[in-house]
Amino acid sequence: MKTFDYVRPTTIREAVAAASEPGAAYLAAGTNLLDLMKGGITRPSRLVDISHLPDLDRIEDLPDGGVRIGALVRNADLARNRSFARRFPAVAEALLSGASAQLRNAATVGGNILQRTRCAYFYDTATSCNKRDPGSGCDARGGDNRLHAVMGWSESCIATHPSDFCVPLVALDAVIEVEGRMGRREIPIETFHRLPGDAPDRENLLETGEMIVAVRLPTQAAQFATHARYLKVRERTSYAFAVVSAAAALRIENATIADARLALGGVAMKPWRAREAERLLAGKRADPSIFRRAAEQALVDARPSGGNDFKVELARRIAVRALTLAADGTPEQSPALPASLFAANNRVVIHA
Amino acid sequence: MPVSTTLKVNGVTRTIHFDDPRVTLLDLLREHLELTGTKKGCDRGQCGACTVIVDGRRINSCLALAISHDGADVLTIEGVAHGNRLHPVQEAFLAHDGLQCGFCTPGQIMSAIGLLAEGDAGHDPERVREGMSGNLCRCGAYQGITQAVLEAQKALGAASRKEVA
Repeated sequence: MKTFDYVRPTTIREAVAAASEPGAAYLAAGTNLLDLMKGGITRPSRLVDISHLPDLDRIEDLPDGGVRIGALVRNADLARNRSFARRFPAVAEALLSGASAQLRNAATVGGNILQRTRCAYFYDTATSCNKRDPGSGCDARGGDNRLHAVMGWSESCIATHPSDFCVPLVALDAVIEVEGRMGRREIPIETFHRLPGDAPDRENLLETGEMIVAVRLPTQAAQFATHARYLKVRERTSYAFAVVSAAAALRIENATIADARLALGGVAMKPWRAREAERLLAGKRADPSIFRRAAEQALVDARPSGGNDFKVELARRIAVRALTLAADGTPEQSPALPASLFAANNRVVIHA
Repeated sequence: MPVSTTLKVNGVTRTIHFDDPRVTLLDLLREHLELTGTKKGCDRGQCGACTVIVDGRRINSCLALAISHDGADVLTIEGVAHGNRLHPVQEAFLAHDGLQCGFCTPGQIMSAIGLLAEGDAGHDPERVREGMSGNLCRCGAYQGITQAVLEAQKALGAASRKEVA
């Protein structure tokens, strides 16, 4: 690991000033950053430790019915917050399906949003990667692309965004509050992560020195509480990143879908909001045929790269399954295996 | 860059001076405090051998910078027994053969203590397996580990569950 200067600011303003220097990186829990630094993938010359900043570890109910989650709230604390999990169950389920208990206990909300891709070529410094080393090329493009993006990719980069948490956040119109040298601003999470285009090293809209201070969910997001699920296919039952995942949320009135939300994970460099599919669902009766049509619509622009051809149909089926589970209703208790296809109380026959 | 950090480790306050900000909590415990019960497996947060309890929550000490944990309260495997009386989780691992080579065992035990304190697993083996998925055992002693955690849960009882960590 390259050595670095360590600074521990006591205010957000000091943190922003310290992180505006070239080569600086914010340190919160460090569960992703230290791993990247140990591998020589990320080589900051200064760490700005924000983990001791006051007031960023709160979960606040807002007067308008929404919720504001401080950037330093631990993933596990948010998932276990009863009031939060009751109102935003798909978000809690996504959090509990991610990483391991030890990592969820440490990792923060802000860090989850800013985590880097797990593309094996990004991690392997012996290969070419435009994200790690701009202009060097993309060895994944003609390489083992089984787990890579099927939507929104470019010739420069076919990596995916690894977060589970962000998938329901995108479905539920979360807003990210950031602070920088020019003050505070808000960015809808749907636009926060950038597609690779010709600059895959720029992964989000943060400017130099800007930090995430909070994430807000609007009151409308809680209207889906009784019909909201997150479903995730992984290569082992627990402690694995998504091959493909889906967050589905329905507002059902008189057996009709009044409003639908659908977002996919593991298919692109950002959580993929399927707005056309949502429009197709609105006003229809909740049944398998309309779910299948919505899923087909969601993947209509998919372009696989060979090794990941299977992901397109897998994503359709996971979207259908997530919508079906959402229509069945949010379980009373968090499933023993969160977001798993193998959870006993999912009430859907495995391999249906 | 000379730095120092003050930690409470197994109930004793220690101030440690070191010269490199890259020192992880794991290396601080093993190399500076000679508490080698906490193991270095993958050193990348994947195997759980380095699990310790910090401020009441189990974490991977290999992915924690020591310098960032100034003021933390750390519990390691060396601090869970009371003299010759083993912690109920340690007793249960012995009773159920929750180990073979033993390398992952300190991490397994600290993780199990953390899991029981979190109170999410109940008496459901599925929830125990899910809750322990951050601890790999290459000998494959998982069956015994699950049984041990379930028995320790019973032994500790609902009333004292919050106090173990």
